[in-house]
Amino acid sequence: MATIHVDGKEYEVDGADNLLQACLSLGLDVPYFCWHPALGSVGACRQCAVKQYKDADDTRGRLVMSCMAPASDGSYISIEDEEAKAFRENVVEWLMSNHPHDCPVCEEGGNCHLQDMTVMTGHNSRRYRFAKRTHENQELGPFVSHEMNRCIACYRCTRYYKDYADGTDFGVYGANNNVYFGRPESGTLESEFAGNLVEVCPTGVFTDKTHTERYNRKWDMQFAPSICQQCSVGCNISPGERYGEVRRIENRYNGDVNHYFLCDRGRFGYGYTNLETRPKQPFTYQGEEQVSLNTEQAVQTASDIIKSSTRVIGIGSPRASLESNFALRKLVGADNFFTGIEAGEQQRLEKMLQILKTSGVYTPTLREIEKYDAVVILGEDITQTAARVALSVRQAVKGKAREMAAVQSVAEWQIAAIQNIGQHAKYPIFTTHTDRTRLDDVTAWHYSAPAADQARLGFAIAHAIDPSAPAVKDLNDELQKKADFIASALKQSRKPLIISGSQAGEMALIDAAANIAKALKSQGVDEVGMTLVAREVNSMGLTMLGGKSLDEALSAISEGADTAIVLENDLYQRVSAQRVDQALDQLKHLIVVDHQYSDTSKKAELVLSAGSFAEADGTVVNLEGRAQRFFQVYDPSYYKPDTLVLAAWRWLHLVSSVNNAQASDAASLDQLIAEIASDMPQLAGIVEAAPNADFRIHGQKMARSPHRYSGRTAMRANISVHEPRQPQDQDSPFAFSMEGNNNPKADRNEVAFAWAPGWNSPQAWNKFQDEVGGHLRNGDPGVRLIEVSNQGEYFSEIPASFVATEGQWQVAANYRLFGSDELSQRSAVIQERAGQQAVTIHPADAKLLGVNEHATVSFAWGGQQWQLPLSFSEHICSGTIGLPLGTNGLPASLAGQMIDNLQEGHA
Amino acid sequence: MNQPIKIVTVSDDSDGFVLSDADAQAIEHEKHHYEDPRAASIEALKIVQKSHGWVPDGAIKAISDLLGIPASDVEGVATFYSQIYRQPVGKHIIRYCDSVVCHITGFEDIVTELEKQLKIKPGQTTPDGRFTLLPTCCLGNCDKGPTMMVNDDTHVRLVPSNLANILEQYQ
Ligand code: SF4
Ligand code: SF4
Ligand code: FES
Ligand code: FES
Repeated sequence: MATIHVDGKEYEVDGADNLLQACLSLGLDVPYFCWHPALGSVGACRQCAVKQYKDADDTRGRLVMSCMAPASDGSYISIEDEEAKAFRENVVEWLMSNHPHDCPVCEEGGNCHLQDMTVMTGHNSRRYRFAKRTHENQELGPFVSHEMNRCIACYRCTRYYKDYADGTDFGVYGANNNVYFGRPESGTLESEFAGNLVEVCPTGVFTDKTHTERYNRKWDMQFAPSICQQCSVGCNISPGERYGEVRRIENRYNGDVNHYFLCDRGRFGYGYTNLETRPKQPFTYQGEEQVSLNTEQAVQTASDIIKSSTRVIGIGSPRASLESNFALRKLVGADNFFTGIEAGEQQRLEKMLQILKTSGVYTPTLREIEKYDAVVILGEDITQTAARVALSVRQAVKGKAREMAAVQSVAEWQIAAIQNIGQHAKYPIFTTHTDRTRLDDVTAWHYSAPAADQARLGFAIAHAIDPSAPAVKDLNDELQKKADFIASALKQSRKPLIISGSQAGEMALIDAAANIAKALKSQGVDEVGMTLVAREVNSMGLTMLGGKSLDEALSAISEGADTAIVLENDLYQRVSAQRVDQALDQLKHLIVVDHQYSDTSKKAELVLSAGSFAEADGTVVNLEGRAQRFFQVYDPSYYKPDTLVLAAWRWLHLVSSVNNAQASDAASLDQLIAEIASDMPQLAGIVEAAPNADFRIHGQKMARSPHRYSGRTAMRANISVHEPRQPQDQDSPFAFSMEGNNNPKADRNEVAFAWAPGWNSPQAWNKFQDEVGGHLRNGDPGVRLIEVSNQGEYFSEIPASFVATEGQWQVAANYRLFGSDELSQRSAVIQERAGQQAVTIHPADAKLLGVNEHATVSFAWGGQQWQLPLSFSEHICSGTIGLPLGTNGLPASLAGQMIDNLQEGHA
Repeated sequence: MNQPIKIVTVSDDSDGFVLSDADAQAIEHEKHHYEDPRAASIEALKIVQKSHGWVPDGAIKAISDLLGIPASDVEGVATFYSQIYRQPVGKHIIRYCDSVVCHITGFEDIVTELEKQLKIKPGQTTPDGRFTLLPTCCLGNCDKGPTMMVNDDTHVRLVPSNLANILEQYQ
């Protein structure tokens, strides 16, 4: 702690901070541009000037950049000093001498740090009368727009893109008063984290292109605290809606999870919520004809179907909330509830849950991952399967430079000095995969091999760390040496992190990862951590809830279950079409509750139109076992009164209540959550995941919209000139309105959108944090459900090494960030970014087959045919074939299967 | 099945530049002088400029491949230095000093005369490709201003009437 004096007042601050951080953490306003809590200080913009005095008696003082001056004990500074104020006002004026002042047509307007800082400094009339330099803009792909004339040269973008996210296709060009930030030439930004530029840039240079087509100001949007649904990481997001469609997603600060950054799948993949093809009303068929139903009819139809059936099973979904899965389980009974997860994946998830609970090894939060000093990743290309984790791992690797700088007493925020001292120094990271991965540029050593062999290496590492861990027989010498090398690197580290997951499709990889972690623990490396990556937003939650696998559901159908209710799940994405068709064709009745019109919905006799994350509330559990609540963003029926979209759990509850003697009596979200908590002790914690619907601030609900929200009386005038009452939200403490509390200082941690007086841009998060860049003042949202205890033994099922069979290829899982996720792959911009996906084989195999690169190859599996372009990789093992699972309808269960009919051309 | 996937092909707009073997070797050689290949980027750009006269976009890509560093890094260096030319330049390059002392000693008359003789403005190249006219900052010859350089030669105590003679030397 340090005592500093600001404008004659004394404050206690963290002496390791710089003065800017210290002042902002105190809630004082100092304008700034180039400093960013996650990017550190470089002193480039000169905006944060304050007056610093030698001591209490010094009256002259001197101007210093507060972001570059330590908040050392006994500092005397003035923010209000006239000279400092005049200087700051001038700085904005200089920075803006080339700025086009085009706020009215700029998409940043109303959400702009430059506007906020300009107002804050009091610079309100421009004197510069000369020609301005102008630039040509670049075409940066489907996600991000570029308008270079608005640049104030703060260098944040390139520091984020190159230095933080390790992107290589972005930089700064030119010199003096003519600098340009962008790619070397037009083209799609390659980084999977490019979208963060939109928030990192304090001006309107980089804006969200997906928002452009249907643009409106931030203050005219409705928001809710939400959770990204696109993978198992559970990043916190703030989706914004206007006129009944989600129009953009911004990062929502959570100091334990994603803090300031999202991946591009999460930020831009939301288009599926706006699809015209979505079911907007429940419907059934009369003959061939589709007929829409009202609530009573739909519920009655479902109830009639159930009553006329001999056995009704429910197939849940890892992309549906706990509430919806629970409501389905309740409706059909625990014996008839199936998770909807393919058997192999379910076993792996159950193993992962067991490890989380009993391995004795800590699972770090996403934020904590940044502080590990050695990383092993077995089998997952995490940039594709849990992208935000990869961004954290990249920061962990850079910890080496921070450590080297710390030895020389360089402060954490002195980022330029740290980079200079560290040069390219990295903490070691070791990766394995069937092919190369997107972390290649930072890995110390990468091993490409079939999953079984990767697992063998993992087991060998564990054995090399602790001889009492099971040994691997017949490991070749070279690999043994590598195992020994990695083992010693891990033993020397203070905080090693072991990462694996379910998506490689190989149980032994998870076992091996757990063994390494346990072995380290047994050798006294107590701070070892483990992160196990699941596939979908609620894979972990559903595994905790429990249920039999999808395969068992399909068997139950062939054994006589005559009705199935499928919840938010396209079964064709999971197992072979043949198996799904066979089962569904045997059913008398199929009811689908979903917000997408999937291949499974097409087979349904009754479709209940569910809400996506934008129109429904629910709770999901991420890979670390953190339960997080997402809140409904808007009510679609307000704009289109014939829309009848309800949370899946509400549909299922309504059906239960008319149908079933043991019906649940939950009518509201809170009641349902209470019921889950009492029925399932392992999930009892979810009650604490977010405040309940009764939560009030000074008797008020929280507002979903900024207080400037405009046009409400007019926006529905095409339907009726009478403005109806705003929709009422019985389920959450948020109001569908600008009426309500929005005070950044209020005691709350669920924040729909970042805004504070004078702070309209995402920089407003400062005002919600205990210290800038730290945790939210009232605690980061969400609650961890799993307490780890130490009961686990070593796993000992070590697989045999892979042996290729002529004419056969073992499927290696190549998940793709853009294209593999069932939901976001339906979004047009994600399809554009994904491009055509290819299958990968070794060139030697191609030679045997007589095919060239880029040729079309075909193969069949499980009654389905695929034709895809071919790409070569020197890294993939002969006898294996990399398939972009999840894309092109390639079901997840293909991982590890054999394909024996690969051939050139069309089948 | 799935919705159709739109295919986007990114066009390859390299401008057909090919690095000569000699230049590639010279760059390789420079690269080994440094621990970090980034440090060789300036030398690499100078090598290309020397043999090619200027640095086309294709050379940025070629250098970045050779040094194993991102093209954005090479481009950043190439555009930072005003004496790395990113556009074709004339056979001879005139750089007149427009800094403070030459300002006082009358560089403006010199520029006017050069513009008149060459019929181009600063930043331009004569249509016959003989001269490119560029301003530069202080050449360290302030006591003998106004000053200019043509290629590697420095010319001092310039007077407008003598410029034609000087230019005559550069065919
Ligand atoms: S583009 Fe934005 S982030 Fe980058 S330097 Fe300009 S103003 Fe700063
Ligand atoms: S990492 Fe996962 S949860 Fe986070 S933004 Fe990306 S897809 Fe969403
Ligand atoms: S914020 Fe301090 S100089 Fe830019
Ligand atoms: S000012 Fe012209 S040479 Fe110094």
